[in-house]
Amino acid sequence: MISLAVLEPGGDAATALYIVSFSLFILGLKQGTHPSTAKRGNLIAAVGMAVAVVTTLLLDGMGNWGLVAIGLAIGSAVGAYASIKVKMTEMPQMVALYNGVGGGAVALIAWSEIRHGIHIGGAMPLEDLIPTLLAAIIGSVSFWGSNIAFAKLQDLIPTRPLAVPGQQIINAVLGIGVIVLAIVIAINNDPPSQFLFILILVAAAILGNLVVLPIGGADMPVVISMLNAFTGLSAAAAGFALQNVALIVAGTLVGSSGTILTMEMATAMNRSVANILFSGFGGAPAAASGSGEQRPVTSIGAQDAAIKLAYADTVVIVPGYGLAVAQAQHAVKEMANQLESRGVTVNYAIHPVAGRMPGHMNVLLAEADVPYEQLKEMDEINPEMSRTDVAVVIGANDVTNPAAKNDPNSPIAGMPIIEVSEANEVIVIKRSLSTGFAGIDNDLFYEPNTSMLFADAKAAAGEIAAEIEQL
Amino acid sequence: MSLFTEFTIFVLAIFVGFEVISKVPTTLHTPLMSQTNAIHGIVMLGGLIVLGYAGDGLEYVIGTIAVAFGAINIVGGFMVTDRMLGMFAKKPKPKADAKAGDGKGGGAGK
Repeated sequence: MISLAVLEPGGDAATALYIVSFSLFILGLKQGTHPSTAKRGNLIAAVGMAVAVVTTLLLDGMGNWGLVAIGLAIGSAVGAYASIKVKMTEMPQMVALYNGVGGGAVALIAWSEIRHGIHIGGAMPLEDLIPTLLAAIIGSVSFWGSNIAFAKLQDLIPTRPLAVPGQQIINAVLGIGVIVLAIVIAINNDPPSQFLFILILVAAAILGNLVVLPIGGADMPVVISMLNAFTGLSAAAAGFALQNVALIVAGTLVGSSGTILTMEMATAMNRSVANILFSGFGGAPAAASGSGEQRPVTSIGAQDAAIKLAYADTVVIVPGYGLAVAQAQHAVKEMANQLESRGVTVNYAIHPVAGRMPGHMNVLLAEADVPYEQLKEMDEINPEMSRTDVAVVIGANDVTNPAAKNDPNSPIAGMPIIEVSEANEVIVIKRSLSTGFAGIDNDLFYEPNTSMLFADAKAAAGEIAAEIEQL
Repeated sequence: MSLFTEFTIFVLAIFVGFEVISKVPTTLHTPLMSQTNAIHGIVMLGGLIVLGYAGDGLEYVIGTIAVAFGAINIVGGFMVTDRMLGMFAKKPKPKADAKAGDGKGGGAGK
């Protein structure tokens, strides 16, 4: 067997190179704090990765080069193809898939480690065995959970919450069972039982499926962030098992990032992470709203909307997931261009959980060349709302519902919202009066200063742009 | 490397991670996620290591898939992040000065 075998695993040279590598990751992430430097930061992190990979390939003990080449070639080709082909509206699916393969890789590595321990014979040291078991559990949960998240985002399975009776009990039994199995393996570690290990992988897989299946579409920002954190933790655990400092640091950085995003998303919904994971929100109230009373709404056409917008001084556009579904970002930008050419100030109000993942709307609008400065965060734009002439809600629903502020009994009571009803006039572009994810009526639609434009977001934005041009 | 050395590194990395990531603006959260997906591709090192001592058919398969999964994360993650950040970077901002005066000025410094 050929081996380059220049570096000793765990030796000074290899460790020094790994330190260079993770330092570059941290530098790269630091540059990611501003759009003007983020692209360079990404390159710096990629260089760090190249250092880590080359260092590992030079380690003593590397081998099976043909398989290494096959794995690298297939993975690189798939990754490159997907990254070029993916539409910006599909980024949540892509990140869900990347979370999944990351977790899957860790679970497979853990399995290989166990087999390696068995081959060597004798007791597997607990300081290797315990992190290996943790890596297997978290990796398997993330792999299967992410696959379900992907399937929901891609509409392969219904996005509404799917729950089986006694779900919480089944989850609890599976969770406890996995831990008990891990303890049994750790106690009888001479040698560890591969059969029980595979049982752990399977139980964790079922758990991953069952935890994500009951979670509805609009809670996806939290789920994706959390799975992101899980994959990071699983990589750190694998780092402990393999005593590899690059894996420990890189995995922990990813875990921190996912954790921060998870907390921010939950805060933006005014719900705890536990509530999002275990409540199956949105299923029950949806049925109740069918009986809803008929309240009068004001309906307008594209021409009237164009007139309202064209004679405004300030317009705020509030995008939501519907904008992504309709692929309306370019049409909306064209509408904004028309308004700006008439001297109207246009800004965009982005709710933290608008869309299906953190920052989803920002990426869509950036794709349509909306300048970074016009993308306003919720806390930044809300004080401006009362001085806004027209707010245009495109494909957003629950995040604009004044009931969150006014009705303490509302399921979304206390959730921070974009306060569009403070604007002088509101235009809501929406296909129908149907409820949003929370399954409740949006009081905004029935307010006296609100006009409904019933249409597809992309078609409506295009028509309004054309009407403004002719004014 | 002793277990305690590893734990020291782990704990310090948590603090560094929180410190750095909490400064990333919400606008860049999607590229942040895809970039951390790429950094998570570091698990490919684990795949390479276990493939190095794989000894039977099953281990060959497991190791090769682990390496391929890691490579998907690395290549796909960095490339798609680069693509997205390119969209944020290209901003001709012809009207930027029109809005610079509306009281938000402080943030523009640097």
